[in-house]
Amino acid sequence: MLLLTGSVPVDGLPLLTGEIGINASGITIDGKPLAINRGCEAMMKAAFLICRELGADSPHGLVAGDIGKRDGSEKVYHHLIDNLGSMEVDILTFHYMMPDLKLNKLVLATVDTMARRPVLIADAGSMYVAKAGGDATAYDVFTPDLGEAAFLADDKADHPTYTRGFIFHMEHDVPELIRRAYAAGNAPPSMFVKGRIDYVCQDGEIVDTIDEPMVETMEPIGGTGDLITGMISGLIHAGRTPLEACRIAGRVNRRAGELTRPTPATQVEEILEHIPQALEEVLQRLETVR
Amino acid sequence: MKWFKKKKKNNKPFKKDEITRGLLVFAHPTTVISVEELLRDEGYEIRVVSPPPEYRTGCDLSVEFPLEAEAAITELLHNVNMVPLDVVPITSKGMEPLQFIRSKDYGDYLMVRAANMKITVDKRTKEIVNISGGGCPDVPYLATAMIGKRLRDAPDPAEIAFSLCAYSLNTAKEELVKMIGD
Repeated sequence: MLLLTGSVPVDGLPLLTGEIGINASGITIDGKPLAINRGCEAMMKAAFLICRELGADSPHGLVAGDIGKRDGSEKVYHHLIDNLGSMEVDILTFHYMMPDLKLNKLVLATVDTMARRPVLIADAGSMYVAKAGGDATAYDVFTPDLGEAAFLADDKADHPTYTRGFIFHMEHDVPELIRRAYAAGNAPPSMFVKGRIDYVCQDGEIVDTIDEPMVETMEPIGGTGDLITGMISGLIHAGRTPLEACRIAGRVNRRAGELTRPTPATQVEEILEHIPQALEEVLQRLETVR
Repeated sequence: MKWFKKKKKNNKPFKKDEITRGLLVFAHPTTVISVEELLRDEGYEIRVVSPPPEYRTGCDLSVEFPLEAEAAITELLHNVNMVPLDVVPITSKGMEPLQFIRSKDYGDYLMVRAANMKITVDKRTKEIVNISGGGCPDVPYLATAMIGKRLRDAPDPAEIAFSLCAYSLNTAKEELVKMIGD
């Protein structure tokens, strides 16, 4: 099972878990509708689309409402701590969560009790808490943007807001940020660094870069990184290795963006609609290259 | 062979009179924005910093202040209902939030980035059209609350959200208003 976890911006929404579906306005979890508003919902829809297009089982979702008060995040952490040990999860993706060092360590301790260790993917707040707790190497895939790559490269910072200036200003030297992140033990084996040029990393080495198509207006659009995390999750669920998943997802994201012909005012759901076509084109192209 | 001789540790405890700074610890980083403004207006020499490890959850911000002013500051905060969770003396310096602001012009649109948060407006209407970056749960919430609104009508992240990402987005919005008005 692919389990996608995180919080959604609905104050007081109780814990919701079950199979993910889609409807006209967004996604459903266990049949209950959630509107697309970047974040977890966008990540989940992207994963759903990839699974559907590649014939894999639909992913499952685990969310609770949280607008930054920690309540929903704590429900998700506790549900994982109490239930993960008995769940048959092959891939586990952690997304928008209020960082909580203690609870996250308890989740990882529960993962250690599982008969078969799932592939662990983290982005957003879940990646922040993984790094801040010194647990990055317990994961399999991180998907930072450039600012977050600088945070991973700074062994002193426990949130991107505290990244020291001299490291933050290394954004023009992404390979150096990546080297520092791996050297400090703040990166998992596979890492996809999102930026003007995307960097695909494996075990400390940059093994691929993606810079085409170059769509300048993608940067202001909130949620494009969420799509990448969802697509990587879906691709691994469909049988790709984390490295292959990163390579494909980065190309699909750029092509879907290009098909949207975005302006800085474009919303992420418009890009989502083009994922199936972009996926088909990218897979065909990669197959031809082989 | 003295090559690997351990350097003697200075185990001297801090003397009470060496501790001159204290820390105000709050439940949410965005509370610190109001406290910072209030204490600076009152003329206190303060710094906004990360709390010491025992107070960290992974998304925290606190206010470093001169310990000699503890009584006056705590009374002031009580009077405006911004009571800290804790007040502690400190012996080491906390890390300060990244002060990084950059803008990017897209013709009809302007994007401002503060630390890891970006906000984009339509310069013609001053309407917020996108918010990106960040990873705390109030980022999608802020996007819902702010996108589609004119800068002057959109809520301030400091007022409705709670995290360090909201703190940075607040900075970005303030900078945007300085640049083009609201």
